[in-house]
Parts: sequence; structure tokens; C-alpha cells
Amino acid sequence: MTRSILISSVLHTILVFITAMSLPFLAKKPINLPPIISVELIQITEETNIPFAPKAKKILEKIKEEEKKLVSEQAPPKKVKKIKPDSVPMPEDKVDKVKKIEDDKQNPEKIDNEVKQVSEFEKDELFDPDNIAALIDKSKIESSESVKKTDEITQDQDKNFKNLGLSLSEEDALKAQIFGCWSIPLGLPYNENLLVRIKLQLKPDGTIINSEILDHARMNKPGQGFYKVLAESALRAIKLCQPLRVPTTGYERWKELQLNFDAREMLEG
Amino acid sequence: MKIYRFFYLLILSILPINATALIEVDITRGNLNPLPIAVSPLSIDENSRENFEKILKKDNIGDEISSVVEKNLKTSGLFNPLNKDAFLQAPEIANLKPRFEDWNLIKAQALITGKVKYVDEKLRVEFRLWDVLAGKEMMALAFTTVPTNWRRVGHIITDKVYERLTGEKGYFDTRIIYVAEEGPKTKRVKKLAIMDQDGANNKFLTLGNELVLTPRFNPTSQMVTYLSYFRNLPRVYLLDIETGTQEVVGDFPGMTFAPRFSPDGKKIIMSFAKDGNSDIYTMDLENRIVEKITNHPSIDTSPSYSPDGKYICFNSDRSGYQQIYIMKNDGSNVKRISFGKGLYGTPVWSPRGDLIAFTKLHKGKFYIGVMRTDGSGERLLTENFYQEAPSWSPNGRVLIFYRETKTDDKGEGFSAKLWSIDLTGYNERLVNTPVDASDPSWSSLLSN
Repeated sequence: MTRSILISSVLHTILVFITAMSLPFLAKKPINLPPIISVELIQITEETNIPFAPKAKKILEKIKEEEKKLVSEQAPPKKVKKIKPDSVPMPEDKVDKVKKIEDDKQNPEKIDNEVKQVSEFEKDELFDPDNIAALIDKSKIESSESVKKTDEITQDQDKNFKNLGLSLSEEDALKAQIFGCWSIPLGLPYNENLLVRIKLQLKPDGTIINSEILDHARMNKPGQGFYKVLAESALRAIKLCQPLRVPTTGYERWKELQLNFDAREMLEG
Repeated sequence: MKIYRFFYLLILSILPINATALIEVDITRGNLNPLPIAVSPLSIDENSRENFEKILKKDNIGDEISSVVEKNLKTSGLFNPLNKDAFLQAPEIANLKPRFEDWNLIKAQALITGKVKYVDEKLRVEFRLWDVLAGKEMMALAFTTVPTNWRRVGHIITDKVYERLTGEKGYFDTRIIYVAEEGPKTKRVKKLAIMDQDGANNKFLTLGNELVLTPRFNPTSQMVTYLSYFRNLPRVYLLDIETGTQEVVGDFPGMTFAPRFSPDGKKIIMSFAKDGNSDIYTMDLENRIVEKITNHPSIDTSPSYSPDGKYICFNSDRSGYQQIYIMKNDGSNVKRISFGKGLYGTPVWSPRGDLIAFTKLHKGKFYIGVMRTDGSGERLLTENFYQEAPSWSPNGRVLIFYRETKTDDKGEGFSAKLWSIDLTGYNERLVNTPVDASDPSWSSLLSN
């Protein structure tokens, strides 16, 4: 009895194992490997080092030899006398030099001789209307792209502008505007230190948010009547001029401006 | 706690600091256009208006005073008084609180308002100067005086406004003394006359029996010195304009020229010929001691002190031609300063001390010009057939001189008139006088 149970259990175990092994998810597919390609690593130099064909090699060697001959046939460089820089040229020398220059100028034939004769084939190569059209089109595209690039100021560019001043044209435009608005008080003395510095806070459209005279305390000091008059005239000019002609871009760099009003140049005449 | 602080500082020091430099723009030029200014008529109540009409025979004294101010500002060349027809706000309201938007609309940068009142038989004038663009009051003053002084009130207001807006003292409350001329050239009657700087209140001080020449104001008072010929002898007089008293300083033999006061008013300086040679002398007005300043065989004339009294400018022909020289007040360190072509004469030192005005004769034409005290920066302001004798306004900005012109096309007859010109050379104006005029001299400010 026990013997038959043992045999049955062994056989059942074998059957379960075989069944389990035959299940599809346990079956491993063979790896589909691509065919192996051998790759040779070549270090690329600036000049090619491919051996010439035997015919070409011979021709090149001949050319090299001819060039060597040409070099050897050239005359040695002339020994030019060094002229002392201190020595003053005599008037006659000067005249000679002038004559030479005049000769050069009045000899257009020489230039004509230098003009190369171009064969019909070469002419075709030089003048290709399609190529020129392509070049023009390309240049147009390039220029439009560059314009686009200059118009669009990214945040990074804006940050870079922060520490830069106004460009010359931007500064000139602003100056020209204020020159027109500033009525200089003509009675001020030109030999006194009368410089009024005004700090402005501006809106992007150039209108003034706030104006502050940097040396404000001086205005109310006794004996500083001239300074007060100049400062008031400068403030009037700013108010009259607003909105100021500020650049259309780069607000971050000019949102605060300092104007230094100095009338000495005008008063001195 | 200390560790926290340390770390906090460390983090702060590591953080990138975005340091932006403030953009600076230098404004070194401006416009020299006259400043647009609105002079609102001074408001007046009905009772005051009627009282002043009885006393002064003027319909509206408020309008009259504002007209004086307006005219003064216009003649200065530095202001452009706007047309009253464009004013939107009534004077009564503008004086209380101007509507700056309205004044801004007509492009006014400054505004003068005020009111006139009759108080205890006197004229009381209040005025205010407003900065239209800043929207604030710049100055407010009140004057009380006798009603007949109304023109002077107008001049004083102009002086105050001028000083507040230009930075230098005005020259409107001043007078001009000159030689009034009448009759044909061969028999000319010359009288001493005085008027306000704008030509009003003209008065003759002498009758014209004696020839009068070169009247000059004392810089410190309303005293005048002038030259007159008494029994064909030149005599220097002192005349007090306020009291009308006159005294003789002295008789001087030979040709005597152009007595002029020292800056402190205690001396007069002049040139006269002694022993056939014309030199420069001073006379102390207290003890009448005469001191010789130059001692040169050439002709030295037209002396004028610098404002500090340390130097004297004069003209001399010691170089062969008439040129301008300066020297110390004791006659030492004589130095020629004019080197241009032509003849230079009548040098006058500016009250500011920076310039010397002169008359120049070159190629038959007369010029009035200025140069620095070292002779540099010569500028010719005006040119004409005949003109000379420049005299400075007390602030050193304007010159008054006289100009002779031919009266008809044939060149027969002539007319002499007073003209003024400012240092820019652009603002030249005829100063109206009832008769022909020459040798003007500008007084100092009366209100000082």
C-alpha cells in the first residue's frame, strides 16, 4: 500500500513539473542579435595622409622640383640703407617723392595691363545669375533674421544692459530734448561751482514718477541764491519736457536717471 | 546665536549683488529764449479803484502797475510776457489760488498775480510770483507807499521777480541822467535831465544857460557830478538829486574831461590838462586834496575805477594810438589791454567787475563793445555811424549809450538818441526821450 502511494506521488510530482515547464510564459525566446559589424577607429588629422597614386606622386614631385628651382633663381633681397628717423628730408627729395606719386596717379595704363583676360568658360563660372539670385535671397533672409534678433531682447540681454549706459544716439536724443526745454537763468555767475544733480525715477513711457535734487540741502542755505535759481530752472525744464525721450527698450537700465545741469559753458559765452 | 548671525552674514556675502550704476547725463546747454511769463492785472476792489481814480486820474491803477511790470520784463529781453487776452482766469481769483492747468495751457512758466488796496490814504500793493510748472508759490511781498509812487512800485516788483528768476539783481528801479540837447548843431543848447530807466518822469535839472557835459552818478547815493563851463572855464559840480542842492567841486584850468566817482563815492577821478599835458587826477571830496595818478607826456583820459577800487582803467595814446590801459589805483603797474585794430576810448569798468565796456573807432565806424579786464574776449555789441559813451546798468548786464544819426537823406541835420543794449548784443532798444539826448549815466538801485 505504502509502496503504491509512494510510486503515485512520485509520478504525480513528475507530471506537475512537466506541465509547469511546458507553460508559455516560462518558455524563453532566443535573442535576436543583429549581425556584428566591425568598426575601425581612425584619428582624423588636419591634413589628409592618404598615399598618392603612383602616377600622381611622380607629377607632384616634378612640380615640387620646379618650385624649388624658381625659389633658387630669385634674386637675393636688396640691402636697403636704413634712413635715420631724425634725418630731415631735403626739399629736393620731397619733390622727387611728389613726382613719383604724381606719375603713379597719372598712369592708368599700368592698371589696365594688370586686368586679367578671362576665358569664356571662366566667365561663365564667374557670372552665374542663379547663384547671384540665391545669394541675394540668402542675404535678405539673413538680414531679416538679424533684425529680428536685435528687436527681440531676451531677459538675459536685458540683464546684460543693466550695467551699460545709454548709447550715444539715445543720450543725444535725450540731451537735445532737454536743451530745448531749459531756459538758462542768464544772471548766474559762470565762475562759481553751480552744478545741479537731479535723480529721476521714470515710467517706461518717459513720464516722471519722482524727481529729487541730490544736493537739496544747499538750496535753503544762506548765500546759495544762485544755486536755488539754477535748480528751479532745471526742475522746470524736466517738467516741461516730460515725457522724456527715453529708449523704447531696456527700461531696467534707465528707469533711474541722473541729470547733471551745468550752465557754466553757456554763461561764459 | 552668534553662529546663526555668522551664517546669515556668510549667506548674504555669497549672494550675488546686482549693482546697477546710475546712468548720468550731462546737460550743458539750454535755450536763451525769453522765459514765457504771465503778468495778471493786479486786482482792485471798487472802493479803492474810485479813490485812486480821484487822486491819480487813472482808471484802474492795478492795470497800470501790471503794465509797468510787463513792459520792464519785455525790455529786459529775458522774459516774454504773454498776451493778456489769452488769460483764462480772472485776476481776483488768480490772486487767491491760480488754476495752474489754465496757465500751463497758455505755456506760461511763471505767473505774477497781486492786488491793490487803498489803505489810510496810501497805496498798498501785494504781489505773488508763482512757478506754474511746479505749481507752487515762489515769492510773496507787499509794499505800502504814497499813491504817486505807483510807477516805482511797478519797478520794484520787476526787480524782485527778475532777481528771483535770473539770480542777479534787477536794474528797473533806477534813473538815468543825461544831457538833453536842443537846437541846431552850431548853437546847441545843452541841459541836464533825469528820467526813470524806462523814460518816464523826465525832468530838466538845469536851464541850459551854461554848457553841461558828462554827468555821472555816485554808485552809492543819488549824487551826481558833472562838468559845466562857467565863463568859459570848466568847472566840476556836485548835485544832490534828492535835495536839489548843488556845490562846486573846483575850477580846473585847460581841458577837463569826464569826472567820475570812485566806488565808495568819496573821491572823484578825472583827467585835466596841466602845463600842456593831460594826466589823470583824483580829488578827495572831504578835504579837496588833488592827487596826480599818471605822469606821462602822452594824453591820458577817461579814467574809471574797478568796483573794488583797486584798479583804474583809462585810455592813452602812449603807444602812438589811443588804446585802453589798466593800472593800480596809485598809478603803478600800467598795462595795455587793448590790442585790436582801430582806436579804443571811453573805457568803463562793469559793476560786476568782470568786463570793461568801450567805444571803438575802426574804418570810419563806431562800435560799442566789451572785453575782459585782461583784454581778452573782445566782443563788439553794436556798430553805427557815430555812437559812444557807454554806461553800465547797476547789475552789469545792460549798457546805455548815445547814437547820432543823420536826419535826412542828404546827410543834413542830425539827431542824437539814447540806446540800450544787453550783453548778448541782440536786445538793442531805443530809450525814449522828449528831446535829443547824449552822455547818459545809469544810477544805482534806488530801493537799496
